[in-house]
Amino acid sequence: MTTEATSNGRRPGAGPADRLGRRLARVTGGRAIPIATVVIVLIVVWYLAAIVMNAGVVMTLAGDNVKFGFTDFVAATWSQERPPLPVPHQILIEMRKTILDVAVTSKRSLVYHAEVTLSTTLLGFLIGSLTGILLAVAIVHLKALQKALMPWIIASQTVPILAVAPIVVVVLGNIGITGTLPKALISAYLCFFPVTISMVKGLTSPDPMLVDLMRTYYASPNQTFWKLRWPAAVPFLFTSLKVAVAISLVGAIVAELPTGAQAGLGARLLAGSYYGQTIQIWAALFTAAALAALLVAAVGLAEVVTVRGMGGRR
Amino acid sequence: MSVESDGNQQTFGRGTAAGVEAARPASGSAYPVIATRNLSLTFETDDGPVYALSKVDLSIHKGEFVSLIGPSGCGKTTLLRVIADLEQATSGDIEVNGVPPQVARTRRDYGYVFQAPALYPWRTVIGNVMLPLEIIGLPRAERHERARAQLALVNLTGFEKKFPWQLSGGMQQRASIARALSFDPELLLMDEPFGALDEIVRDKLNGQLLKLWAETRKTVVFVTHSIPEAVFLSTRIVVMSPRPGRIIDVVDCDLPADRTLDMRESPEFLKIAHRVREGLRAGHSYDD
Repeated sequence: MTTEATSNGRRPGAGPADRLGRRLARVTGGRAIPIATVVIVLIVVWYLAAIVMNAGVVMTLAGDNVKFGFTDFVAATWSQERPPLPVPHQILIEMRKTILDVAVTSKRSLVYHAEVTLSTTLLGFLIGSLTGILLAVAIVHLKALQKALMPWIIASQTVPILAVAPIVVVVLGNIGITGTLPKALISAYLCFFPVTISMVKGLTSPDPMLVDLMRTYYASPNQTFWKLRWPAAVPFLFTSLKVAVAISLVGAIVAELPTGAQAGLGARLLAGSYYGQTIQIWAALFTAAALAALLVAAVGLAEVVTVRGMGGRR
Repeated sequence: MSVESDGNQQTFGRGTAAGVEAARPASGSAYPVIATRNLSLTFETDDGPVYALSKVDLSIHKGEFVSLIGPSGCGKTTLLRVIADLEQATSGDIEVNGVPPQVARTRRDYGYVFQAPALYPWRTVIGNVMLPLEIIGLPRAERHERARAQLALVNLTGFEKKFPWQLSGGMQQRASIARALSFDPELLLMDEPFGALDEIVRDKLNGQLLKLWAETRKTVVFVTHSIPEAVFLSTRIVVMSPRPGRIIDVVDCDLPADRTLDMRESPEFLKIAHRVREGLRAGHSYDD
């Protein structure tokens, strides 16, 4: 009787703070504390490493005559203009300046550069995932293609993209294709691969019993594909799209490096390293990481919505 | 949340005892729905040939409820799959509704129920029952109407919008039977449909399958390895034996039409069960 009463009644101490805690736990999957711990440890290590790595620069710039107190010395290592290792707050200040303070049309705005990279990424992601899906469909339907195509698909990923990128840009430039498309193609070249591999698995995932069932209905290959193979592959598709969208961004940035691009996060990275603007490099890097997180989260959201429409529990 | 089944929900049809009696056909009076002659099927494997079926002669007539019983590897499921054109015989003849199985399949002459419910997890219950109707190409309104009628027949009214995982195992299998009957085939092929269910649910479903059979007057071929299930349901029991898979006895099961679970203790029931068991034992003596 007592156990029943407890399980039916409200749990003691279910206040607003408790509810907030539970909501936080749900969002982070109950990993909030471990994640926070890791982040804090990383930041501490980062600041300590910055003292060591930037000490040489501080001393060289100050000359032999200047004597530092300990706190002054540490503060100096954390506030250099071109430190070997900028500290997090320097990067955040630089990001605030270049994202919020500068007009988005300015060449110094990270929003402007991120937008350029983002458009390349999305176009590359679109081309890459469509190519990946089509390749998978072809491979699943024509057994001969699996043997013929698979080695090439795998070999394609062993080619160093940094070496191929300029070739693609030059060749396409010669036939009059310039701008976003050549970069998007390099991005697509990287991101089709996980989609193909995953979709081949997804399209062949239905239980043989379910395939037999379609046979007993005398279903056409088309019907078997759209009513069985495709829906069965949807969870596989989303898993691979999350990987693919992050790779697309990497591809877009890589494509900006050797092509002499004037705009984009990759160009920003390159310019930063030319002029030793380490803070600028790190700011671009952080922006790229945030962009990747946003893109993956967007695909994740699309997944949640789709899966909910397909029965909710898979 | 899984919906627990209770006695009332676990009902297949609403046929009365009198209806059951009227529906029982005189065996052998109609043309054969399934006729096999010298049917053999050999699987070529790396370990040499496996004789799944050897010289099977069998005729099943309209309105019969025939059980194929035997131990694992006796070819009972293989025979069902040959009838359904999911496997092709190596030699011999087989006709389903007077035509080869390939033609019968293209005409959608039969409904097939697998051991597992095999419901599509991304479709609702009614969506699953409508699947064959979509493939056949029926208009939307008719699909809904027919699916609702079939779900009512297996007492799943009210569960149309549920997804399979929200149903108990017994309810899932009933949904899969409704799906097999949705396009109204004359022949129902069932491959151990209740094999994965616990015995209590299984007993109930057996009772309700009998009523459903009486109401719909389908010809049923039913694969099982349970002797009581075979005796309880069938008009004829085909006893099979492995290595090579073959028929060793055909037992007429002439129990009265209005069968109840209590009948399992009656002398007539036990006599038939005994003969089936003897047959299975004889088949096994070929082992070792």
